[in-house]
Amino acid sequence: MDRKIRVLIGKPGLDGHDRGAKYIARALRDAGMEVVYTGIRQTPESIADAAIQEDVDFVGISLLSGAHNHLFPEVARFLREKDASDIILFGGGVIPEEDIPGLKEAGYAAIFTPGTPAADVVEFINLRMEKRQ
Amino acid sequence: MTSTTDIIQSIGKGSIRAIARALSKVENGSSDSTDILDKLFSRQQGFTIGITGPPGAGKSTLVNRMITRYRKTDNSVGVIAVDPSSPFTGGALLGDRIRMQSHASDPKVFIRSMGSRGHLGGLSGATRDASCVLSAAGYSPVIIETVGVGQAEVEVADLADITLLVLVPGLGDDVQSMKAGIMEIGDIIVLNKADRNGIEQLESYVKASLEYMPPGLKRPDVVRISAVNGDGLEDLWDAIDRLVAAQTVESRISHSAVTTLSEILKENGLLFFEKLLEIEYNGRKEAEELILAGQLSPYAIGKKLLERAERIFEHNGSK
Repeated sequence: MDRKIRVLIGKPGLDGHDRGAKYIARALRDAGMEVVYTGIRQTPESIADAAIQEDVDFVGISLLSGAHNHLFPEVARFLREKDASDIILFGGGVIPEEDIPGLKEAGYAAIFTPGTPAADVVEFINLRMEKRQ
Repeated sequence: MTSTTDIIQSIGKGSIRAIARALSKVENGSSDSTDILDKLFSRQQGFTIGITGPPGAGKSTLVNRMITRYRKTDNSVGVIAVDPSSPFTGGALLGDRIRMQSHASDPKVFIRSMGSRGHLGGLSGATRDASCVLSAAGYSPVIIETVGVGQAEVEVADLADITLLVLVPGLGDDVQSMKAGIMEIGDIIVLNKADRNGIEQLESYVKASLEYMPPGLKRPDVVRISAVNGDGLEDLWDAIDRLVAAQTVESRISHSAVTTLSEILKENGLLFFEKLLEIEYNGRKEAEELILAGQLSPYAIGKKLLERAERIFEHNGSK
């Protein structure tokens, strides 16, 4: 068996700042994962659909527009509705400390804020993957 | 765990999750993948279109146009897009979906990205099996986009019912178009980026190279398009339709039977000889050490394994 960790990195909503998303995508690639990058300006539903078709283990959402309290839970809701809540969600971007508990409650396993080393994200994924097996 | 019968049933009902899971199973070579493919092989009804060409030739953009075209006639469209895996880490950045975003929320479009995972022919080892799953699930066409290729990655032509080679201006002189390999596999040669300088020259190179084709071989159509602004696409669709009309479900299945069996023989042959290697030398690592120590050459080992195989067959009384 040749099992690879598969991760989808997506950016919902009207936010074209994709440098962070691309940086993380590249770091996960270099950690030996298969990273599906869907590009900018996706709807939460299209991100959920893509995650299901690609059968990924993780979905990482990046947002710098400030709309995370609306868009992040939407992605989680669509995954739940489509019977795919086993896919692990994480988020990143400019997210104030006080918003993090709410996002975790909405289904996000981790939120990474600016300055996080890419290695932390890799470690998070590897640890969660071990727990699942 | 879900049983094979459950998976097959859910695929029959069109469950996206089940199809996606089955694709992962065949991609990872999980223990039940052969049983799944066994059930699905004869259910393939549609046709497959392979799209190949150098990096940045516009393959994904053309696939995006093609999805739009087949959605107009209400076909369910499957896409398998292969991108290269790192030879060092095994990781891959799969970015073909970016050009296909306009179909992201269409439930009748199934796009799956695959890493090449060390396979060298422009596809991944499991692309054929993935195409079988999507085709059996009712997707037609299944469009297969290769990694950006060089000169010799011709595998897709063996797998797809119709193969498009996408070329663009600016990649070399007329000697490039005279070389063997990739230039010979297209049923249709698509000259993309027709809005750019050099398109006339490209067309004359390609057409001149086709002039010299040996008699008896079918000459590919040459179609000039601009996938970005849509020029020439109607001509391309007509050319594809003519090829599709010349095939039948039976002709496709019989071609697929031949090529799939030959793939399976290669894979099983490898497994078989790995096992013999285990018996004779305690495995690949030990055999390699013997070579390094100067005791045996790889050729001697190969010969010994063949002899061993023959003894097994004799012992079993086969002819």
